[in-house]
Amino acid sequence: MSFLNLSLSLIFVLIPLILSKTLNLGLGKDTFIATIRSIIQLIAVGYVLTFVFESGSYLFIILMVALMIGAATHNAQKKGASIKGIIWKLILTFIFIEILTQSILLGFQITPPTAQYIIPISGMVVGNSMVLSILFLNRFTAEIQTQKKETELLLSLGGTPKQAIHLPLIHSIKASLIPTIESQKTIGLVQLPGMMSGQIIAGADPIQAVQFQLLILFLLLTTAAVTSIMLGFLSYPTLFNERMQMLKIKINEEE
Amino acid sequence: MQLANDLTDKTAIELNHISYSDDNLDIIKDISGVLPEGKITTFVGPSGAGKTTIFRLMNGLISPTKGELFLFGENIQTIEPTTLRRTVGIALQDATMLRGSVYKNLAMPKTLQNQGLEKEEAEHLLTQVGMDASFLNRDVSDLSGGQLQKISIARTLVNRPKVLLLDEITSSLDRVSTSDIEHLIQHINQEFAVTIAWITHNLEQALHIGDYTWVMMNGELIESGSTDLLKNPSNPRVQKFMKGGWQ
Repeated sequence: MSFLNLSLSLIFVLIPLILSKTLNLGLGKDTFIATIRSIIQLIAVGYVLTFVFESGSYLFIILMVALMIGAATHNAQKKGASIKGIIWKLILTFIFIEILTQSILLGFQITPPTAQYIIPISGMVVGNSMVLSILFLNRFTAEIQTQKKETELLLSLGGTPKQAIHLPLIHSIKASLIPTIESQKTIGLVQLPGMMSGQIIAGADPIQAVQFQLLILFLLLTTAAVTSIMLGFLSYPTLFNERMQMLKIKINEEE
Repeated sequence: MQLANDLTDKTAIELNHISYSDDNLDIIKDISGVLPEGKITTFVGPSGAGKTTIFRLMNGLISPTKGELFLFGENIQTIEPTTLRRTVGIALQDATMLRGSVYKNLAMPKTLQNQGLEKEEAEHLLTQVGMDASFLNRDVSDLSGGQLQKISIARTLVNRPKVLLLDEITSSLDRVSTSDIEHLIQHINQEFAVTIAWITHNLEQALHIGDYTWVMMNGELIESGSTDLLKNPSNPRVQKFMKGGWQ
């Protein structure tokens, strides 16, 4: 794609800007900022990736993954601000997911141990894990509030915190997993996944593109399940004290 | 501060200068008193007096900000929380239920101990609280407030507590059901020597069911002793209460 063609694609930014202005949606400024940010961020990432790919250094790969985990943690922690130590729980979850998935991919030689494979796949894994974390934390903090009486009832009958929080925890884990499972049911029928589309547009064999996409889909299933479950089991003990009493949590209404 | 009740009785629960604050709000203010073992102690006083908070402290759902609580002479902070809560059972006014059948709710105390509740035992519990055994498979969402209160009491009894805390459990019940529950609680108290603490807004009930009474107001225990104190209260605020002037 030439720069002229890329410049022409800005028409797709102009359309929502004009619609926002015409209908007084008040989204013009945000759309403009989002466009500028995406241009700067993606171009910067393009140059950084070129540098990392050419250097072939594992240190740079690790730094890139660390950067992804840092950004994902920063984004997701706002939704779980009421849970004590949520930043470390998120970091631990993302690191575990990254090590688990890369160990399987590289250990079984499913993908080669090069930056071209490790970084994009890590991006998808950590990104998906971040979205799952946000979905889980959103639901979990809401469930804790709505099922507070049931939780205290189980404690009052002699239940442990794990038993008392079981239902809100399971509901939250299931609710956060549903979008991943449902979207996989219709994949290829309703929409072609972004990575596969990108490969096909770039001229790759569609079957090869499908194979990679399937790899990513299976990977994301594991990511989704492990993220929700791990984050859930790391989070619930902080809701209780050593006397098995439910602690008050402060929910930020704006979140 | 008065040390309540007849100290010649053995003590089931003792409160020693208990205070409890939440969000810098003093809910319980330096209360000392005892629940005599094997007796029925009624708790009376206006809404917001701190009666339910006292029960939550006794069941270990919350801990006092200051002071100590003793269960049969043992500081409750040293008792394993699940053991404490099975020994000191609580049935709350709102009769919270878990989604599902009556049986599921009745069996919950056993389920929490990885045990099962025999169907016959569940049916017996239902009949004890004045409900037909056929209710066992009914969904709790189909039941009335009064029926839920009865199930809540039955569920609390599954753990066979030594101390039973009842928070306005007859407030949603009709006269006949209230009488049934009163007889049941008196039976449990006399037959199994279970210590009962009972919050009620019904003074008539407090007078005829209670051996002892605590009168609470604004987080303080303003008078306590034999239930007869309600007939001839010495405290002017209790006198006002007896004339129905709390509110």
